[in-house]
Amino acid sequence: MENNEPNLDAVFHALADPTRRAVLQALVKGEATVSDLAAPHDMGLPAFMKHLSVLEAAGLVKSDKVGRVRTCALDPATMIATERWFEEQRAFWQGRYAQLDDLVAALQGEKK
Amino acid sequence: MKSDLQFQFLADVPGHTLRIKREFAGPRDLIWDCYTKQELLEKWFAPKPLKTKTASMEFREGGHWHYAMYDDEGTEYWGWTDYIAIDPQERYTTRDAFSDATGAPNTDLPVADWVITFEEAGDRTIVRTVIDYGSPEGLQTVIDMGMEEGLGATYVTLDDLIEILKG
Repeated sequence: MENNEPNLDAVFHALADPTRRAVLQALVKGEATVSDLAAPHDMGLPAFMKHLSVLEAAGLVKSDKVGRVRTCALDPATMIATERWFEEQRAFWQGRYAQLDDLVAALQGEKK
Repeated sequence: MKSDLQFQFLADVPGHTLRIKREFAGPRDLIWDCYTKQELLEKWFAPKPLKTKTASMEFREGGHWHYAMYDDEGTEYWGWTDYIAIDPQERYTTRDAFSDATGAPNTDLPVADWVITFEEAGDRTIVRTVIDYGSPEGLQTVIDMGMEEGLGATYVTLDDLIEILKG
């Protein structure tokens, strides 16, 4: 089943942490193993795995274990749906305010 | 839109609020009128291709605005705004609910508290709008509804999204 309506609350919670944002930015470049992703971060593996599980629970990251190596990748469906919601909201308000700009200009033109 | 006019759109889902800041190229009394006079408000409140119509409006504390945004096919999105507190040209607060043509509230959808403030900035005016959906579930409901309507959209990048979230 494809779910295009992620739980935005979980997504925002996941993105609220700098370690998790750094992981997402690293994964933008392509999939990576857990040990590679953990290497730049000054924390133990159990703590790092907790961050990964938050990202997975939010649907932002998916992982796959082959033998002893777990590889992570971005889950594009969730990212796209989240970004789309933002863009729609921004576009709605921009459209609304563009009309107010026109009205403000017209009203000031009338005075002159 | 003039490109030099400030625009900021922030969503805080854990805090269940939207915060929108926008600058307008006009004096504060004029911008205030555009928000609070029916004949002006109707001209801009619904973004294209939607239009706005009013069933009834009384801009005073305890008054309300019963309105619809509608499209050319006749689809109407009704809303009911109660005016709670008004401090002329400075700010006003409202409670905004989804409604129908009779004005009956839609209790399946969340009610939002709006605070709108107007700040003079030279010959310009900065308007800040804070919309509080009361709970993360309330905001989630609105988000899910927006996604179902699936307005066509372009995508921002992950970097943009992270910048938005950091505020």
